Amino acid sequence: MTIDPVQVDKVSGQTTTGHEWDGIRELNTPLPRWWLWLFYLTIAFSVVYWFLFPAWPLFGSYTGGVLGWSSRAAVADQVALAKAARMQEATALESASLSEIAAAPKLQELALAQGKAAFGDNCAPCHGSGGQGQKGYPNLTAGRWLWGGALEQIGTTIIHGIRAPDDADTRTSAMPAFGKDGTLKPEEIREVADYVRTLAGLEPEHGVDIAAGKKIFADNCVACHGEDGKGNIEMGSANLTTKVWQYGSDINDLIYTITNARNSTMPAWGHRLDPVTIKSLAIYVHSLGGGT
Amino acid sequence: VSASAGGSASAPIAAEEIYDEGPLYAAAKKVYPQKVWGTYRRLKWAVLWFALGVYYILPFVRWDRGPNQPNQAVLIDMEHSRFYAFFIELWPQEVYYFTGLLILAALILFLSNALFGRVWCGYACPQTVWTDLFLWVERAIEGDRRERIKFDDAPWSPDKLVKRLAKHAAWLVIAMLTGGAFVLYFMDAPTLLVQFATFQAPLIAYLWAGILTLTTYSLAGHMREQVCLYMCPWPRIQAALTDPDALEVTYRTDRGEPRMSVKEAARKRAQGSPAGDCIDCFQCVHACPTGVDIRKGLQLGCINCGLCIDACDAVMTKIQRPLRLIAFDTDDNIVRRKRGEPAVYHLIRPRTILYLAAIALTGCIMLYAFVTRTNMHLSVLHVRAPLFTVTAQGGVRNGYTLRFSNKLSKPSDFALTVSGLKGAMMTSVVAKPLSDGRLTARVDADATFEVPVYVSTPPGASPGKSTPITFTATDVKTGEASGVVDNFFGPITSSE
Repeated sequence: MTIDPVQVDKVSGQTTTGHEWDGIRELNTPLPRWWLWLFYLTIAFSVVYWFLFPAWPLFGSYTGGVLGWSSRAAVADQVALAKAARMQEATALESASLSEIAAAPKLQELALAQGKAAFGDNCAPCHGSGGQGQKGYPNLTAGRWLWGGALEQIGTTIIHGIRAPDDADTRTSAMPAFGKDGTLKPEEIREVADYVRTLAGLEPEHGVDIAAGKKIFADNCVACHGEDGKGNIEMGSANLTTKVWQYGSDINDLIYTITNARNSTMPAWGHRLDPVTIKSLAIYVHSLGGGT
Repeated sequence: VSASAGGSASAPIAAEEIYDEGPLYAAAKKVYPQKVWGTYRRLKWAVLWFALGVYYILPFVRWDRGPNQPNQAVLIDMEHSRFYAFFIELWPQEVYYFTGLLILAALILFLSNALFGRVWCGYACPQTVWTDLFLWVERAIEGDRRERIKFDDAPWSPDKLVKRLAKHAAWLVIAMLTGGAFVLYFMDAPTLLVQFATFQAPLIAYLWAGILTLTTYSLAGHMREQVCLYMCPWPRIQAALTDPDALEVTYRTDRGEPRMSVKEAARKRAQGSPAGDCIDCFQCVHACPTGVDIRKGLQLGCINCGLCIDACDAVMTKIQRPLRLIAFDTDDNIVRRKRGEPAVYHLIRPRTILYLAAIALTGCIMLYAFVTRTNMHLSVLHVRAPLFTVTAQGGVRNGYTLRFSNKLSKPSDFALTVSGLKGAMMTSVVAKPLSDGRLTARVDADATFEVPVYVSTPPGASPGKSTPITFTATDVKTGEASGVVDNFFGPITSSE
């Protein structure tokens, strides 16, 4: 652009702005008046808006507007609408048993969707976003269940929790702290830990007496974990023969477990969530394990 | 608004003088288009009635799609996210067909522009159609150009009040019918019409009808040519797309200049001096719906409607001179005729051939995509958390979320197989296993169904870090199949 003296255009009778691009001069055409009105209209609109809707920040609060609109209330309204729309299915979910839900595709679809959302809100912090668990928190996808993986068993676990102090019917059992209580000596713990590793097909440490470990296991552990180490879902004792370890299969992890015992807890969700949500969670968690 | 050619400016003026005195804004000059008769006016009426006819009648055209399906030929069903156009049903994931349509529309606009300039603006643009309709109402109530100018200047009287009220009432009725017809495309038209009349229609229908009423009333009644001059981007784009061979409404200066009265022209011709056919009667200017003087040449305000051609032809008939002093022509031909050469018309030229080829290509691609479109679809999403699970039994398991789409109007049974992984087994809590190891799921009519599926290797197998596998869903009845390739992940083994 070059600066050119302001001139009057012969064809239109309009003055130019003095800007010139490659011989083309820009006319200084005035804005149409209605455009100006539109501009005033937008200002008027904003004043009306301030009056009706939340607008100006104040110290520690804001001007709420006479309509009383808030985004939070709008969301609540929409949630209520969505709930009302699903009323029929929700009622059906309420009265159906878990096995009935699993057999009815429509109910199952809804329960899986609701369960997935509820799992993300309530369970994921410990069990992971996809139920994959983490050290100390059971993996729900591996088909190994401490308290049983059938629908009803999962449902009971969710409602009453595990070793939940506020639920009389909670699932409970206590593994003794063999080392801390002085039941077993440290070398005995090491021997039994190595033996336990062999149950799952893991390599024991070199030079450790597996036969001694087996004897210690038979004397102290079979009452709960069984002769073959396969555990017992009646008392939540772990199956020691699988590839899945809640607290780790490393020798030091095992020694720690036997010495101190773990006896971890899970809240009783029956006090916190409504029955339909709990049913949905049971259906969803059951599906995570592949339904077995 | 417009630019002047470099040569047409007069003596310099001091900048300060201009900026001190120049107005920031100016009132729009009201345009009073005069009634005309002729070829182009007839064409404009024909396009107008056709366009309005399609707009108002289309929502009521029925199309049988079977039970529990809407029977409206053209319907945009927002609630169920479906678009219906006669035998076509589009799902939200198929909006790329609209992209194709938009590209096609743009190319056709380019082609029409290369052939006949802004005929879209002059004949088919909704702004032109409704403005023309509103003008017709205005003319019927307040009279033609001359009466309207007088009427506007006249002081208020009972007669003026009645006529004004009648005009605005008629405009509002047309505007309401416009907005009302628009919402009919989004719901079952006959049902909505009854609901609308009995105040049972959804609030959103009234809201949109109201918005469209307001825009139609203000844009066609009050804004008119201001929309074309100030709001519409197309004149600017058009200026970049035009070329000297496009047929534009052109005042043939070679015939028209020098302008003079009929008598003087007759005298000059008798003397053998040059005399133009233009008698400076301003009929072309008065007929123009955007208020331009076409004799100044091609300009931004001209929408190529050709009403000035009709106006001028009427005058030429009266003064017994040849028609088409103003005509669809090119500036090149003016120069040619001045040189005594015949006029040439290049309707078929590289630019138009290129546009035609692009239109044909886009059309073919769309047609191919449409013809090969299937009535079923499978999409696969690998579960990411966990990427894979080593199960208690020692196998490796991957989770997938499959979604079956059934675009048919009756339920379909899909059979699912997986291939590419040795010994792979599929399980699902939703899909039921068949005796041959396939899984099967029933998908409702015109619906999708989400199916979580697990693929596992037998205990002891080491599937490797990543193996491509293929899911194939087959519609049991039609045999239509859709295959999707995804990956099966496993733990990284020491050999990798």
